[in-house]
Amino acid sequence: MGNSANKPELIIDGRRLDGRTPEQLRQIKITANPIRNAAGSAFIEWGNNKILAAVYGPREALPKHTQDPNRAVIKCRYTMAPFSSLEEHGRPGMNRRAIEISKVTREVFENVILTDLFPGNEISIFIEVLQSDGGTRAAGITCASVALAASGIPMRDMPFAVSVGKASDTLIIDMNKIEDNYSNADMPVAINPRTKEINLLQMDGELTPEEVHRGLEMIQKAGETITKIQREALKAPYEKVNEKYKASI
Amino acid sequence: MNISTITEQYIRERLTKGVRENGRGMMSFRDINLEIGKIPNAEGSAEINLGNTKVLVGIKMDVGEPMRDKPDEGSIMTGAELLPLAHHSYDAGPPSAEAVELARVVDRGIRAANIIDVKKLFIEEGKSWNVFIDLYVLNYDGNLFDSATLAAVAALYNSRMPKYEGEKVIREGNLEKLPIGNLATSCTYAKVAGTTVLDTDGSEEDFADVRMTISNDEKHVRAMQKGLGGAFTPGEVDKLVEASFEKSKELRKIIQGTRGD
Repeated sequence: MGNSANKPELIIDGRRLDGRTPEQLRQIKITANPIRNAAGSAFIEWGNNKILAAVYGPREALPKHTQDPNRAVIKCRYTMAPFSSLEEHGRPGMNRRAIEISKVTREVFENVILTDLFPGNEISIFIEVLQSDGGTRAAGITCASVALAASGIPMRDMPFAVSVGKASDTLIIDMNKIEDNYSNADMPVAINPRTKEINLLQMDGELTPEEVHRGLEMIQKAGETITKIQREALKAPYEKVNEKYKASI
Repeated sequence: MNISTITEQYIRERLTKGVRENGRGMMSFRDINLEIGKIPNAEGSAEINLGNTKVLVGIKMDVGEPMRDKPDEGSIMTGAELLPLAHHSYDAGPPSAEAVELARVVDRGIRAANIIDVKKLFIEEGKSWNVFIDLYVLNYDGNLFDSATLAAVAALYNSRMPKYEGEKVIREGNLEKLPIGNLATSCTYAKVAGTTVLDTDGSEEDFADVRMTISNDEKHVRAMQKGLGGAFTPGEVDKLVEASFEKSKELRKIIQGTRGD
């Protein structure tokens, strides 16, 4: 953020570097259940991001001291593959950034999963970033949401996430890596679309209170599109079956 | 952490009636006590007592390499230690997710607000000052985010700037102050028993549903972080942002009061 050296112009004539308007999302494609061993899984291609999410459980929480006698515990692990970025080889596993993202992502799903149905159990959510191009935590949450829904674990809502940023003085939705590197602010947010509650909000950079307000509005609007894509991903496999069935009669 | 059910019920009942410990208002901080320069060996230090929460922040500076993506600036590293002596639930070992989150949220508030003028920490090609901010939690009684931020900013505001002469670091004698570019502080709100309060103490935090930290300077929000498994509506976020601007005036005054000039 705020890297002044060789700063490219992020918006020219109302268009962003990749041709998008400030309110335009990247292409998003979600496939449900690519991982057969998991209780539920999803693969998201969000712009150049490619992220897998898989859910295991409910199953006995181990080690035993992690068990909660009143509800299921949610465990979440967000990691980036060492080959996932355009820059140098990363280190596999958890760095401090990954620990924090895992924590805030866990909190998103603690908010929506009906954990009191499964006392003593754990529900594990694994998010693997295979290729990254900015906005991976938001894409990971959106993807894990579909994985959870596909697993049939009861939830009171299906969160989506996306970030809003600021390029010069313009708010832009869904920043890619270059935009993220040179923007004046970044605010990733996750929302429960049914109740409009915010269950993840992080921000750094420079925003006026008014910009925070408008940013949240842009995110809600973008959410309508994202929610639709999530739902279609869940329906798609059954629609295929349906067509086959129709063809057979 | 892990207060008894009866204590929880007591606090819940009182909160629904709008009453807090020591007659404190819903939107007020506990008493804030800042002591600057407690560790003279460090380039800067501050200990904060926010109610019974006690955090010591030490600032050290070394000559090192600049970050690769910012070759003409000094760098900042923030770490947090939830010391086992600070609470019965804290264990020795690698930093927990809570400690990592604390360090990163405080770090973002400081970095995004340009509190340290990092351009002035450049020495020469391939060399710059690295600033280490260590947050030492000595006694836990809630709201580590605001206490650590306040102590860190106060420590930086009163840090000396070591000199680098002939490949040597000079940390003593007549030194200038660390170049400061801005002042920012944070306010952390939480929903407890359906009521939104500022600056939760340890027992309130124990059963808080959701938390929001807002760091700001005079004009801008600089960092935010929602925490815990609950949620806020967009309208609630707007209100908290507004409230944090009002509250931060008091906090900036406290920081400014720590320096004689």
